[in-house]
Amino acid sequence: MSDPIIREIIDSEEIDPEFVDLLVEAGADRIRTCIQCGTCSSVCPSGRRTAFRTRELMRKAILGLKDEVLSSPDLWLCATCLTCLERCPRQIKTTDAIIILRNIAVAQGYMLPQHRKASMKLLETGHAVPIDEANMKKRKDLGLKEIPPTVHSHKKSLKEVQKIMKKTGFKALIEGTSKGAQQ
Amino acid sequence: MTETQRYSFFLGCVMPNRFPNLEKSIRVVLPKLGIELEDLKGASCCPAPGVIRSFSEPTWLALASRNLALAEKAGLDIVTGCNGCYGTFKEALHVVHEHPQRLKEVQHILGDIGLNYEAKTDAKHIIEIIFEIGPEKIKELVVRPLTGLKIAVHYGCHLLKPSVLRPWKKTQRPTFLDELVEATGATSIRYKDKFLCCGAGGGVRGSNVPVSIDIAREKLDNAINAQADAILNVCSFCHLQYETAQVQINKEIGEMKYRLPVIYYTQLLGLALGLEPDELGLNKHLISVDSVLNKVLG
Repeated sequence: MSDPIIREIIDSEEIDPEFVDLLVEAGADRIRTCIQCGTCSSVCPSGRRTAFRTRELMRKAILGLKDEVLSSPDLWLCATCLTCLERCPRQIKTTDAIIILRNIAVAQGYMLPQHRKASMKLLETGHAVPIDEANMKKRKDLGLKEIPPTVHSHKKSLKEVQKIMKKTGFKALIEGTSKGAQQ
Repeated sequence: MTETQRYSFFLGCVMPNRFPNLEKSIRVVLPKLGIELEDLKGASCCPAPGVIRSFSEPTWLALASRNLALAEKAGLDIVTGCNGCYGTFKEALHVVHEHPQRLKEVQHILGDIGLNYEAKTDAKHIIEIIFEIGPEKIKELVVRPLTGLKIAVHYGCHLLKPSVLRPWKKTQRPTFLDELVEATGATSIRYKDKFLCCGAGGGVRGSNVPVSIDIAREKLDNAINAQADAILNVCSFCHLQYETAQVQINKEIGEMKYRLPVIYYTQLLGLALGLEPDELGLNKHLISVDSVLNKVLG
């Protein structure tokens, strides 16, 4: 009789088997049904020109290769065009899964400096893209109010917006003073 | 059309602070269609669905709900001319409608700043309310048909997707924007990868400029190869992407290779309604639109 087949088990210290539960709980409810067909990668505009593969990201997330997924710059190549979400034959909300992964990554301190900068602008001004001198002039030339009627014109509103961002923990998250970001 | 419609006009960030010429065209054209806009005073960033939502989803939901609550307080539906803001409001409403607990959390946060919120207001895109008026009605209003003008229509992603949360009848390859373009007398041309993303969203433009611009370049090339006179959009962020990408690529290669005019729908419609280019902010583009104006005005 020939030797019995040895069971192959992927075993790695890098794997956190509970990671996928976290994603499911956060709303990526069908992620476990992924059949690795690659439809997501094939429709991805970023994947057309980079080594970013949505399928690979999904597989690693399901496996529980948590640190690898969360620290990967590829996670930030998704332009959220939602084409993969529309086309997934398993109706996995791929884009939502990526947003969930990004939220976890940021909470653990993995954030690109440019994104922190844009967030700082939001914290300071209530706009991720605030007004500048050149556009104030452009507005005036066009016969529009020089300062738009947004938080830019209403100090009280800006205070409200800042209060909300403090309450949700965004201020601490971006300024790197939250518990998570210190890890 | 006979009745005046009234909406809370949500500006967002890019439109008022980088491309106020688009804002101007909306403000002059919509009243001509019987749509009145009331400023949503004190509104903030929507916040961006692919950026801020990626960093802190609860912050995104709370700030989006505040903007929606301001419209609710005004007793009006919210209307925006940016696909990103549109996506944020549609999704933020969906989250609280589906999860009552999330609504309670948001109500608690907004209660702290004295705002009541029932998530009863609706969020619309300006192209949605224009399409409700209908291409036929628009045709009747046209005094300067844009005959012979070849337009590469760019819908943008968040206007259409996720399709289950959008009002369009066709979930794949919609035609409403093409119909609205053709109502002006212009021709909506066929071109490769018409539904490809502009490459600006999801924080890619902010963090990986070469990839972001390369996506835009591909689409611009496709439009240029199809002999488009202009690429048309309905999103201030797509608009920013197509204009600034051309400026950046030209700078990189050291020649003015890319000069495809980028036009926002209300600018095109305004021309067909007989408005002057300057009234529509067409004199404030990064990429000159003179070739389009010469063709249209003769």
